[in-house]
Amino acid sequence: MKQHNIQFWLNGEKVSLQVEPSDVLLDVLRGKLGIKSPKAGCDRGDCGTCTVLMNGKTIRSCLALAVEADGAEIVTLEGANSRKWTQRLQKTFHEKNAFQCGFCAPGVILSATELLENNSRPTTHDIKEAIAGNLCRCTGYEPIVEAIEETVKGK
Amino acid sequence: MDLQKLITKPKKGAKSIRAGEELTVVGQSVPRIDGWEKIKGAAKYTDDLEFGPGLLYAALVESPFAHARIKSIDISKAEKLHGVVKVVTGGNFTQKFGLYMNDRYVFATDTVRFVGEQVAAVVATDPKIALRGAGLVKVEYEELPAVMDAVKALEKDSPLVHPDLKSYTHVPWFFPKPGTNIAHWRKIRKGDLAKGFRDADLVMEDTYSVPRYAHCAIEPHSAIGLYDASGRLTMWTSSQSPFTQRHVFAETLKSFGLSHKDVRVISTYIGGGFGGKAGVTMEIIAAALALTVPGRPVKLLWSRAQEFYNTYQRLGCTAKIKMGVSKAGKITALDFKLHWDAGAYVEYGANVVNAAGLSASGPYKVDNLSIDSMCTYTNLPPCGAYRGFGYSEFLFGLESHITRMARELGLDPVEFRMKNAIKEGDTLPYGAHMNPTGIRDAIERVRKEIRWGVKEKSKDPKKAIGKAQVCFWKSPAMPPNASSSAFLKFNEDGSINILVSGMEIGQGLLTVMAQIASEVLSVPVSKIRVETPDTDRNPYEWQTVGSHVTWGCGNAVKRAALEARERILDLVQRVHCLDKSALYLEDQHVKCRTKPDFALRFSDFVINGIQAEDHTFKGGPIMGSGVFMPEFASAISDPETGQGGHPNVHYTTGSAGIILEVDRETGKMKIKKVALAVDCGKAINPDLVRGQIVGGLLQGFATVLYEDMRYNEKGRLLNPNFSDYKIPTVMDMPDQVVPIIIEVAQPDGPFGARGVGEHTMIPCAPLIANAVEDAVGVRIKSMPVTKEKVALAVKAAKK
Repeated sequence: MKQHNIQFWLNGEKVSLQVEPSDVLLDVLRGKLGIKSPKAGCDRGDCGTCTVLMNGKTIRSCLALAVEADGAEIVTLEGANSRKWTQRLQKTFHEKNAFQCGFCAPGVILSATELLENNSRPTTHDIKEAIAGNLCRCTGYEPIVEAIEETVKGK
Repeated sequence: MDLQKLITKPKKGAKSIRAGEELTVVGQSVPRIDGWEKIKGAAKYTDDLEFGPGLLYAALVESPFAHARIKSIDISKAEKLHGVVKVVTGGNFTQKFGLYMNDRYVFATDTVRFVGEQVAAVVATDPKIALRGAGLVKVEYEELPAVMDAVKALEKDSPLVHPDLKSYTHVPWFFPKPGTNIAHWRKIRKGDLAKGFRDADLVMEDTYSVPRYAHCAIEPHSAIGLYDASGRLTMWTSSQSPFTQRHVFAETLKSFGLSHKDVRVISTYIGGGFGGKAGVTMEIIAAALALTVPGRPVKLLWSRAQEFYNTYQRLGCTAKIKMGVSKAGKITALDFKLHWDAGAYVEYGANVVNAAGLSASGPYKVDNLSIDSMCTYTNLPPCGAYRGFGYSEFLFGLESHITRMARELGLDPVEFRMKNAIKEGDTLPYGAHMNPTGIRDAIERVRKEIRWGVKEKSKDPKKAIGKAQVCFWKSPAMPPNASSSAFLKFNEDGSINILVSGMEIGQGLLTVMAQIASEVLSVPVSKIRVETPDTDRNPYEWQTVGSHVTWGCGNAVKRAALEARERILDLVQRVHCLDKSALYLEDQHVKCRTKPDFALRFSDFVINGIQAEDHTFKGGPIMGSGVFMPEFASAISDPETGQGGHPNVHYTTGSAGIILEVDRETGKMKIKKVALAVDCGKAINPDLVRGQIVGGLLQGFATVLYEDMRYNEKGRLLNPNFSDYKIPTVMDMPDQVVPIIIEVAQPDGPFGARGVGEHTMIPCAPLIANAVEDAVGVRIKSMPVTKEKVALAVKAAKK
């Protein structure tokens, strides 16, 4: 099959590699680039555990082809760990034991980061809207929402 | 929320097993020790592990039929595909396996029994090639008549799912009926049922039905196997049960020369289990495949669809209940028949049926009792453990029925429950006696919390508000000899590593184990490391299921810590000539009550010993080991009555209440408030208990309000994805959740603790059904209680 050369910024570093046209971004990140925080949960955009930031906006990397990332800026939780809002969120998530199994955490944290970077005074409804695409089966969401609210208050 | 305020300490019967001693770490909501790893995205799950470019990938050939004979399998085309390394069929693996009932093969051999059953596997250098290869395997089938319904499966002319049932081996407490589809029939007969019904002022009979459900852990199952040149099989699995898996792998594959010492199971963090990763499902396939490609790791990763149709599902249940009640509000008799659709293989699911059969009286004193819990084979996917283990299913019928009967007799349904609630020492359905319980405190706290008896009106005239309160109980369902063990090792700096094989499945086990050791040894939680298991390194744990590991594994860790403490005290007594009884541990030092200036820092001696006056050293590395087995348990009883034995170690009890708003026109329901009180004996970490309550409730409400597995007449699952099988999003949260922790100590629990993980989801179904009736006057007797069902029932009632 024809290979495509693509280049993009991954967590601030430039990467270039060859991919097949049918390669999915999530598989390339996980399989070829060793980036493991985005997870495969459903392979059809339902669960949000594969969430990454593409040019500052959250996308489902299981629904994006790798070739679409050509020239883009991709940030996963590994890279977002140094962002101001991500760190503030993480501190409250930790204090409030907001996650249980942790599998959905990278996706939730990126969705919440995107929200707070664009709106530092979200309402509870805004918060719920922002993470409504991230499924969590353990927590009942309450501690996650509370932690985001607390992060906003403590800014 | 201040959780400490939520903890109720009943005045009576709440004696702490360490009365007079102040706890400093146990009872505190310390942050999870696995918190940062997960929040940073650094926690590794099985599919995150790297195996290098030599890694092979497997894809399966699956049955398109619910019941068929395999006539032939042609693998020649698949074998020729470039990149295919091996094509494997059932003929290579002829040993049956199972947890409680050996009724399965690794691959279907001559018969397929459900749609999606594995028939063959293709191993290739790339996952896409493996899938393409699987498509090239040609299987010829002869379709057989199938049975999809547990009640129809009992009819005389029903197709038999397992004609050879007679030859299957199983645990001694199962009673299959060869020549039928009954895989196990748990009977309970207690008291005089006929007399109980004669003494009743009201007898009511009805049927309640519960469909199948899926766990929907967000992480799909995955397993990697490597069989190396030394004859060792290493398995990396996403599992709640690494040791049970090791045992099943070793037993099933022993004809390949494997023994237990050769099999190693490594379990990293798992992305949710809920019972779905208990026992062995797809992992046995990866283990078998690894043997066919020695020296090369092979990975099997479930798709979301496979996650739905080829792991365990929650059993479907048709519950026929007949209950007698006196005018005074006493349950005089209960005749409960539970027909379980357990699917094509019941190697684990039959124990769900057993557990429900032992406990279907609910947390009530019922002197005249008959329970028939029947495990039935059908040609639908296999069922097994799911958070609640059969209790959610029977509670839907039982707690619906109790409210209806109380209302019929003009009695208050909550007062009715209070009157019949079981007490410590009461005789259980199988004849043993009830453990200490705070169920009455739970009922009382919840009753107040939902303002029971106060009728509320919605601001919207189209909507009505209903209330309900129910009770629940559950015991760990485990073999009587299920055991736990722990190793504890001090390091030079006085820090500790604890090795256990209880799994961190999100509930916070690692943190709680650290808290228990911290309490005994005065070492802060931050200096204790507990990690997920590797069966070569960590000592035995049966499984992380049944909400039993805080209790079982916690006891083992406590014993290990106590042993380490004894070694410390013995050493200090020997070298410093101080009376051991005067010594105690505080703030990582050994101190002495009779010599206030004596303080020996752990880091000064726990590895290198204590230097005596003659300059020699005494002691050596301080370690401890702990083992726990419930030595009072026994599963052997009279098969016809279920009497005798002590199959259940204890029950955790509680009560839950709801304020529900129902739209009369659309049937849409909104949970305004839910309160759940659970007697966990001792909340070692109240915040983690709250996590179980809030999370378990939402998982439970989803099963009542919208989740439902739908099959067509050919046995094919129609909704194997999250678009068609909806699980809750953040938008589905109740408006308010009030967790209430009751602490009536479990005498044999670590610091009085007993389990709490499953209990929080099991009262949800009758809560909704009863509150709907209270609000809009219709009774829904089949789950899920969807808004469509409610709206149609309201419409029909108007006519």
